[in-house]
Amino acid sequence: MDRNRWLLPLLLMLFVGLGYAVLSIPEPVEGLPKMLVDNMELGGVSNPVTAVLLNFRGYDTLLEMGVLLVALLGVWSLGGMPDYHESSPGLVLDIMSRQLVPVLIIVAGYLLWVGADAPGGAFQAGALLGAAGVLLLLCGWRIGNKCSGLPLRILIVLGLGMFVMAGTGLLLIEGEFLQYPPPVASELILIIEAAATLSIGTTLAAMFLGSRPGEADK
Amino acid sequence: MSYVYLYALLGVGLFVLGLNALIVHAHLMRKILAVNVMSTGVFLVLVALSSRNEGILPDPVPHAMVITGIVVSVSATALALILMLKLNRATGKNELPDRSRD
Amino acid sequence: MNFPTGAGTDHCKRMKLLPMELILGEVPWIVVLIILPLTGGMACFLFPTISKSLGLLTSLAVISCVWGLGWQLEEDGAQRYAIGGWGAPLGIDLYADGLSLVMVAVAALVGLGISVYSSSYFRRDKANHFWPLWLFLCGALNALFLSSDIFNLYVTLELLGLTAVALVALADGSEALTSAMRYLLINLMGSLFYLLGVAFLYHSFGSLDIAILAQRVEPSPAVWAAVGLISAGLLLKTALFPMHFWLPAAHASAPAPVSALLSALVVKASFYILLRMWLEIFPIVGISFAQLLGLLGSAAVLWGGIQALRQTRLKLLVAYSTVSQLGYLFLAFPLGMSIAWKGALYMLLSHAVAKAAMFMAAGNILAAGGHDRIADLSSITQRLPLTLTAFSLAGISIMGLPPSGGFIAKWLLLEASIQSGQWWWGAILLLGGLLAAAYVFRVVSHVFTQAEATHEAREVPARMEWTALVLALVVIFLGVFASWPLAMMEIGSPFGGGS
Repeated sequence: MDRNRWLLPLLLMLFVGLGYAVLSIPEPVEGLPKMLVDNMELGGVSNPVTAVLLNFRGYDTLLEMGVLLVALLGVWSLGGMPDYHESSPGLVLDIMSRQLVPVLIIVAGYLLWVGADAPGGAFQAGALLGAAGVLLLLCGWRIGNKCSGLPLRILIVLGLGMFVMAGTGLLLIEGEFLQYPPPVASELILIIEAAATLSIGTTLAAMFLGSRPGEADK
Repeated sequence: MSYVYLYALLGVGLFVLGLNALIVHAHLMRKILAVNVMSTGVFLVLVALSSRNEGILPDPVPHAMVITGIVVSVSATALALILMLKLNRATGKNELPDRSRD
Repeated sequence: MNFPTGAGTDHCKRMKLLPMELILGEVPWIVVLIILPLTGGMACFLFPTISKSLGLLTSLAVISCVWGLGWQLEEDGAQRYAIGGWGAPLGIDLYADGLSLVMVAVAALVGLGISVYSSSYFRRDKANHFWPLWLFLCGALNALFLSSDIFNLYVTLELLGLTAVALVALADGSEALTSAMRYLLINLMGSLFYLLGVAFLYHSFGSLDIAILAQRVEPSPAVWAAVGLISAGLLLKTALFPMHFWLPAAHASAPAPVSALLSALVVKASFYILLRMWLEIFPIVGISFAQLLGLLGSAAVLWGGIQALRQTRLKLLVAYSTVSQLGYLFLAFPLGMSIAWKGALYMLLSHAVAKAAMFMAAGNILAAGGHDRIADLSSITQRLPLTLTAFSLAGISIMGLPPSGGFIAKWLLLEASIQSGQWWWGAILLLGGLLAAAYVFRVVSHVFTQAEATHEAREVPARMEWTALVLALVVIFLGVFASWPLAMMEIGSPFGGGS
């Protein structure tokens, strides 16, 4: 308790200092946003956020797919929760998820497609897929044993793998890592985004499950 | 123009509030939530300040940074939650033991 | 690893390039160094049955890539690589100079040692989880050391932090889970401080690239806040006293190879970012903050040393020794001259190798005897002569005695402190050395006391003993052949010209 007496004044000071700093930030310099607008033609997509995420700063997104994968590796390495008891889903959840899951999948596809020139994109679509997966898991659905090994791992690794493969391929063809040639930039971005969407959805659902499928039964 | 700075201040406020909760609360669930509140504060600062110029489209770079940040934060939260569950299983408690003064 | 020295001076050499050298020159090693471990990690994840060989192979390949990058830097000086061909500020740039090269090289070298050690340390079920995580950690380290973009650095920091936490949790038991949890929370908090600082810098100057920021930055309240936030976040992750409280538990409760890589490499990553920022963006900060860092560093040296003396368990002793040795790195800030930075970097290098060897030795002792209580070490250590030799050799560097990398580092720092007239930092160096001598001898002395074998010792694989010994020998070599790493640091003159 003694420690906490000093905490509040300290944090207030921090707030005042940071607040003052925020208010003192000058008018934006006309640098980067203008450069972005000038280069949008070459970016392959007309939604500036998608262009930044997948093209101009695509390398950030590549590493971020790595973060997602690593988090799942961490979750799996901790093992499952053996006495995770499954209750039956109940009527409401059962019917609702039957209705919702197909809708979620369609909306995810739409968001993925529309991300090229309007708000949307791989992460939003992936989050929806993940939600669909969580609903299914809550209803007691489990991935079949046949698919829980290598096929599932491939699906999870697909996003990062596609990114790295595309980057390396472009390095060999175009000369720079992740350098999309402008005529096919939009197609490449869509392929990478589609792979990323699948991976994100699967990874999120797998994180929700906690244990590696097929491992908890042993 | 000024309301943008209001949002940014709100972001700073969330950051400090989250920090407070992270230090004060012992329950791990609260600590994990506190980290999430802190990151929301940072994201708010990033996004709010990107539309300081009226009339011009907001700067998309911070938006992309926030999307990246959200994914990172989701991943970290997932790992933190499973660690918490495991810890609860191993020790029966949802708190970190008081570290002996070293 | 062999390194062609003096090749850059020969201008005619370009004319008659051998095909081999043409390949070396053309391949963008800077990118390969990042993609290769990530690909290796994915492959290990997909095919767990062959993950051990994949991991070893990747570690070897990374070493040769570092050699390639070193060759390029030697020929052409510091290198900037625009990912996607955009170039900063629009895209993300990679940047490699002598500082990055040393960091990447030490990560590759220690990494190979850790890979070899781990290939006999982990049982099958743990190994399946270890290898992909470890290779991703390798990739994160390389990406971090080669990045020139402050937001990209945030992503690499998070990648590094999450892999490190998952690796700590690989050890069974509630102790490991507790320290993994604390480590994760500390990591996240540090990253968020850093990210808020990045937000301030970006909105003030409209760029994320370190080189561009270095040109544009000028004093303002927002920059002061950013300096404070970024430094606080990174110091927390580097575990500078008094923010070291999470480190001993996390480093001591992890599996032995993980302890080695955490102490040798992971804490150095956040120090590297701080150093980069300090050299490029923060020169405006002024002298008082540097003095504060020096003071905290001194406190860390003494406090870590005293705590190491008081520990009853070997791994905790080694972990507190890390707290102490990290303090030396911060003595360079108040000195602020080229020779001091080199001393700090040399300290980082030799501590990385020595501490990896020490943690591996501690791991061997733990594996042989089933415990690491210092009071009862005699019966175990006498059966592990190689391990004890490794521990003692690494100890020489930790103490800073010649011939060792630690000695060279302290020599450079001492010279800087005399040159700049701030002799008191030199006194800290000597005091820290005495403390280190005391705690190293506490362990080594057990070999001289007679003890009867009270219980059956388990067999330790020879590979684990030899890896520790080879790394310990490397740190002695660092003391003998110092001119070569020091020349490597010069490339692109990251510490500015002059003295």
